[in-house]
Amino acid sequence: MTAYNEERLGELLGRLPAAPAGWVAAAQQLPIARAQLDTLVERAEADAAFRATVVADLERALLAAGVEPKPALVDHLRKRLTA
Amino acid sequence: MEGTPSDAELVAGCRNGDQKAWNELVERFSRYVYAISTQAFRLSEHDAEDVFQEVFTRVYERLPSLRSDDAIRPWIGQMTRNCCLDRIRAGGREVVLEEVDEVEANDEIAELDEAFAVRQGLANLTEECREVLDRFFCRDESYRTIGDELGIPPGTIASRISRCLDKLRAQFLGRDSNSDGRNATTSPSTE
Repeated sequence: MTAYNEERLGELLGRLPAAPAGWVAAAQQLPIARAQLDTLVERAEADAAFRATVVADLERALLAAGVEPKPALVDHLRKRLTA
Repeated sequence: MEGTPSDAELVAGCRNGDQKAWNELVERFSRYVYAISTQAFRLSEHDAEDVFQEVFTRVYERLPSLRSDDAIRPWIGQMTRNCCLDRIRAGGREVVLEEVDEVEANDEIAELDEAFAVRQGLANLTEECREVLDRFFCRDESYRTIGDELGIPPGTIASRISRCLDKLRAQFLGRDSNSDGRNATTSPSTE
């Protein structure tokens, strides 16, 4: 049976400080970023010249689409365009 | 969803494309993911940020394959653990990898599981209790700062903290440390 005293509860609460707000906000924006990325990929699939531009500089393409080029998103875009 | 949604309700909302549910899910597990990477695996802030985004990207992508909606906490814990190890290996830091004592890391994660369960108990306290406890224990704010920020006499902060901890403790009386609460799971992680 758990026998929490005040000290132990305080210690456990202190083990989970808040993650930086910017990280949390970026993760929360993921569904929106994915939707923007889908639009980007659709356009790249329909336009070879645009696709070449995107593949040449994935980070810049994401920024131009209004998406912060987090490594996970860049990897995701790379995989989708090279699949 | 009224009140504090359960983990399963959040997962169901996310599967239905509910942005509010996703925001809440990220908020609920953000501290846990952050703590595993920085405390159990002692990653730098830069590496921890990459792991943080990678974990939530995987959660977003793989949520449809989660077999039990209630098992999201151990699922995220295991995913974070794997991402941390991947990150250390990807950095080519063999020496650092050797220094990562997996037994010690697992012990740390078990402690963080318990911390997560306790933190979930805050949801049943008043807003004032949540704020006072978070400011004192998580942000290391002084009585004076807490008093100034919340408009409470600093001389009463200690007694408020004690009263709020009593209410929090009451939730765990008579409960086994490995039992599941509505949102408080402490079972071992499995992906």
